[in-house]
Amino acid sequence: MDMELVQQAIPFLLKGAQVTLIIGLFGVLIGLPLGIFVGLVRLSRHRQTAACFSAFSAFFRGTPLLVQLFIIYYGFGQLGFVRNNPLLWWVVGSSLHCAILAVVLNTIAYTSEIFRGAFQSIPIGMVEAAQACGMSWWVALFRVRFPLALRQALPAYGNEVAIVIKESSLASTITVLEITGYAKRLMSETFAIIEIFVIASVFYLVINLLAMLLVRQVEKYLSGGLRTGRKIHI
Amino acid sequence: MTDVWRFLFEQRWALSLLKGSAVTLGLGLLGMCLGLIIALPLAIIRWRKVRVVGRLVLGYTMVVRSIPGLLIIYLIFFGSVQAVDSIGEFFGFQAAVRSAYPFLMGMLAIGIISSAYSVEVLRGALQTIPEGLIEASKSLAMPRSAIYLRIVLPLMLRNALPGLNNVWQMTIKDTSLVSVVGLGELMRTAALAAGISRSPLVFYLIAGAVFLLITWVSQRLFAVCERHLNRGFLEAR
Repeated sequence: MDMELVQQAIPFLLKGAQVTLIIGLFGVLIGLPLGIFVGLVRLSRHRQTAACFSAFSAFFRGTPLLVQLFIIYYGFGQLGFVRNNPLLWWVVGSSLHCAILAVVLNTIAYTSEIFRGAFQSIPIGMVEAAQACGMSWWVALFRVRFPLALRQALPAYGNEVAIVIKESSLASTITVLEITGYAKRLMSETFAIIEIFVIASVFYLVINLLAMLLVRQVEKYLSGGLRTGRKIHI
Repeated sequence: MTDVWRFLFEQRWALSLLKGSAVTLGLGLLGMCLGLIIALPLAIIRWRKVRVVGRLVLGYTMVVRSIPGLLIIYLIFFGSVQAVDSIGEFFGFQAAVRSAYPFLMGMLAIGIISSAYSVEVLRGALQTIPEGLIEASKSLAMPRSAIYLRIVLPLMLRNALPGLNNVWQMTIKDTSLVSVVGLGELMRTAALAAGISRSPLVFYLIAGAVFLLITWVSQRLFAVCERHLNRGFLEAR
C-alpha cells in the first residue's frame, strides 16, 4: 500500500465522513420518533389513516432508495409549485437536503414496521391490567406499552441504524460528497482502487461498529431489570 | 401529459422500459442464485464450526454487510476493467466481453452482496435443525451425501425461506445501484428517458411502480412456496 496516497486520501474521506454522520444523525433523530409515531398510527382504530400510513410504508419499503432519491431530487424539482414555494425549494433545491429527506422518509417506513411489530407483541394482559388500574391511554402508552415495545424493538432498530449509515452512501449519486462520493472521485483520480476501497470501508466499519456498540449499551441498560430477575430464579 | 404519452408509445420508450425491467429481473435472479451458490458452502462451514475457516467466513460476512453496496460495486467495476479487458484480448473475444461486461460484473457485485446476507440466513436455518436428526441418520449408516441432500437441505430450506424472502427483496432493490456504472437496466433506462423527455417525475415514478410490482408478485410467490413447504407441519398441529 502506498503510504503517501493514504495520507492524501484520509483528509478527504474524513470530510466525507462528516457528511455521512450528518445524514445518519438526521436519520436517527427524526426517523426514530416519527417512525414510532407512524407505527402507532398504523395500529390505531382510524382505519383510513392507518391504511394511508401502511401504503406509505409499503411504497418506501418496496422501492429502492435510489428511485426515491431521484423522484425527490429530479422529479419534484420539475414541478412549478415546488419551485415557487421558498420552503419546498429550500428542501428540494439542495442535494444534501434531498438526501436527508429521502433517508429520513425511508427509515421512517422501516422503523414504523419494526415498532408496529413490537407494539403488537406486547401481551394483551399487560395493557388490560394498565387499564384496570385506571391509567389513561397516554399514561398506559408511556408507562407500559412504550417501554415494553422499545425493549423488544431495539435489536432490530440497531440493524436499521447500520442500514441508514449504509444507505447514506446513495447520496453520492446526487452529487453529495460523502465517504462514497469522495472514494469514487479518488478512485478515478488516482487509480489506486483497492487502497481507496479499503480506507473507505474502514471508515464505514468504524462508524457502524460505534453505532452498534451504542445500541447494545442502551439495550443492556433497558434490560437491567430482566437480568436481575433471572438471577433470582437461578 | 400527452407529451409523455406520445414519448412512451410513439417513440417506443415503453418498450425500452420493459426491456430494462427484464434486465433488472434477470440481474436480480442471477445475482441471487450466485449469492446462494456462494453462501451454501460458507453457511455449512459456519454451522459445523470449522476452525479458522469459520472465523474467516464470519469476517467476510461482517465486512460485506457493514459497507455500502455502492462501494462494492465501484470496487468491482473500477478494479476489474483492465483485467477483464486483457483476458478478453488474450482469448480474442474482446468485443463480446466488452458488451457483456457490465452485466457480468453487476451480477458478480450483486451476488457478493446477497451472499453475505444469505450466509447468515442459511446458518440460522441450519442451527435450528435438531442434532438428533443427524445422529439418527448417521446411525442408519446413511452416506454423507444422502444426509445432506435428504435430511439437512430440505429442513434448512423450510426454515430459511422467510429470511431468504428478505434477502431477495433487498437484492432486487440493490440491482438499481448497478445503474450508476452504466448497465442498461430499469433505473438506467428511466434516467435516460427522464433526461430526454425532461419529465423525470413520471419516469422515476414508473420505475418505482415496476419495482413495487416485482416485490409484490415475488412476495406472493414466496407465500405460496412457504405454504407448500409447511404443508405437513400445519396438519400436524
